[in-house]
Amino acid sequence: MNDEKSSNREQDEQRVSVPETVAEAPLIQTPPEFAFADEEARGVISGEIIAGTSLWRDARRRLFKNKLAVFGIFVVIIVALASLVGPTLIKSSTGYSYDFIPRDASLTKSFAPFHGPDARFSWTHPMGTDNAGRDIMARVLSGGQISLMVALISTLVSLLIGVSYGAVAGYIGGRLDDLMMRVVDVLYSLPYVIIIIVLLALIPAKTPTGQLAELFFALGAVSWLTMARIVRGQIMSLKNQDFVLAARATGVSTPKIIFRHLVPNALGPVIVYATLTVPTVMLSEAFLSFLGLGVRPPRVSWGSLAAEGAQNLAVYPWQMIFPAATMALMLFSLNFVGDGLRDALDPQMRKQ
Amino acid sequence: MLRFIIRRIIVIVPMLFIVISLTWALVRLAPGTFYSGEKKLAPGVEKNLREKYGLDQPWYVQYGKVLRNIARFDFGNSLKYEGQSVNQILLRGLPVSAALGLSAYLLALLVGLTTGTLSALKQNSWIDYASMSLSMLGISVPNFILGPLLVLLFSLTLFWFPPALWDGFPSRSLVLPAITLSAIYIAYIARLTRSGMLEVMRSDYIRTARAKGLSETQVVIRHALRGGLLPVVSFSGPALAFLITGTVVVEKVFALPGLGNYFINACFNRDEPLIIGIVAFISIAVLVFNLLVDIAYGFIDPRIRYT
Repeated sequence: MNDEKSSNREQDEQRVSVPETVAEAPLIQTPPEFAFADEEARGVISGEIIAGTSLWRDARRRLFKNKLAVFGIFVVIIVALASLVGPTLIKSSTGYSYDFIPRDASLTKSFAPFHGPDARFSWTHPMGTDNAGRDIMARVLSGGQISLMVALISTLVSLLIGVSYGAVAGYIGGRLDDLMMRVVDVLYSLPYVIIIIVLLALIPAKTPTGQLAELFFALGAVSWLTMARIVRGQIMSLKNQDFVLAARATGVSTPKIIFRHLVPNALGPVIVYATLTVPTVMLSEAFLSFLGLGVRPPRVSWGSLAAEGAQNLAVYPWQMIFPAATMALMLFSLNFVGDGLRDALDPQMRKQ
Repeated sequence: MLRFIIRRIIVIVPMLFIVISLTWALVRLAPGTFYSGEKKLAPGVEKNLREKYGLDQPWYVQYGKVLRNIARFDFGNSLKYEGQSVNQILLRGLPVSAALGLSAYLLALLVGLTTGTLSALKQNSWIDYASMSLSMLGISVPNFILGPLLVLLFSLTLFWFPPALWDGFPSRSLVLPAITLSAIYIAYIARLTRSGMLEVMRSDYIRTARAKGLSETQVVIRHALRGGLLPVVSFSGPALAFLITGTVVVEKVFALPGLGNYFINACFNRDEPLIIGIVAFISIAVLVFNLLVDIAYGFIDPRIRYT
């Protein structure tokens, strides 16, 4: 029974490529030799800086030493900022927005720069226009807003469910833990994407906002499983520590022990896994939008733009390439940030 | 071991029941019916339709009928493809999806294992960096983008392969879909193999193998690979589920008449028997495959004992 379960847990952490050491090692208990080996921490000893956060500072230093992760952070910030302010800027300078169809637009007017029968480059449309004459750059940046929002909120939903579920199972233990983890095992082997497709195809929400909410819920509700397992592992290794005993002795209530004392100590792996969840959710959203089930017109996301562009691929490949490249760049960078964070927050990795 | 297998098989039944009930409930909760369209039907016609498909009966009778039929592997007739039973459609779509999935998975194993092992053995060499960057790219470029790009390059520019065609299992038409579908597995398997091998190569039993005088090739092939492959084996279970969702997209991109394509169309058409049939079929496949993977895992890794 136990072996089977541990093999399952291992399997699942391998899948998300979080090594099991992340789940097992209580990160906050940095052994003193780590702190002493650190140049910044030496400052602490000589009495210049007083800080109890050497683990985080240490992690930050290691993260910034990782060139790929720094590149990732840089790109993520730039793309996010561009998506955030870009549409407004474009609108105020040229008057184009993601759903603005120029009055003189005709189907023949659509053009893409560098390629196609109507190839010409213009600074007003650096990425060209689509079949209806809408500016692709405005659409890509607005699509970025939706894609990022879906990814962040769904990750938050999965974070809330996963952390609470895993923390309760891990802290209470015993029969309840067995039952709760069994449920996770069962949910794991369900082809949930298939069920999401049925849900979104058959019960589309009526308003665009409701539709986004449906997407957040659907994506968040299926991506919390691994998080629950990781948190449970962390809590189990933490709950017999003295500080928990002290809290219990002073009469702190169980929910408070779990959420005020235990969960903050398990934050490292949670952050790492949440960072790795963001690109996964973004990919799922794009996948659903590509099938016509995710974000629907007139709203756009990177997935729906790529799907739209794929239909004109033979004539105007740039209609797909710009949104697709933006999304791929974002996913690429997010994955680097996630990997970098994992390496930075996992003391085990340092030995290698 | 036998007890473990029996217990797992027993668990499959209620899980199947949950999936099918959930799907059925979703189909039924959805507003409208399969016959509702632009035109309002005459009341008499509607009444006859409801009677014919048993919609006039209370929901538990209909639900019971669905479950009874599934227990006999008889999913009834499709509502959209008239005169065809769901079983016929499954039998028609399955070979396409299976051929695609299998060739993609084999390709992924072949390429992923090779590059993963090479990068682990030559850690921090240019091979390592190149293959790990490529696999990161494989994870970041979704298959619905990779597919059209490959079509653009190899079908519309170089004219090497057909952009959308199905003519049987070993054929040129399978090359692009299989590459598209396998890209992300190549990436995952390469990364898993690399980290697995890196960990194993540092372990004590590898040192023992070296100490007893085996050549490096022998050490890698006879000892390290076996341990290093474990993560890849356990990935095969979830991989099948991924593969199925992947085929939905790839079949749509390349217009292949597989299960995924039928499934998406059935969802949009509200073709209830076909939806339930395909969901049930996929769930059985995933559950059974996961069980097989767990059993295989026990044979490969002697440290795991099922009780």
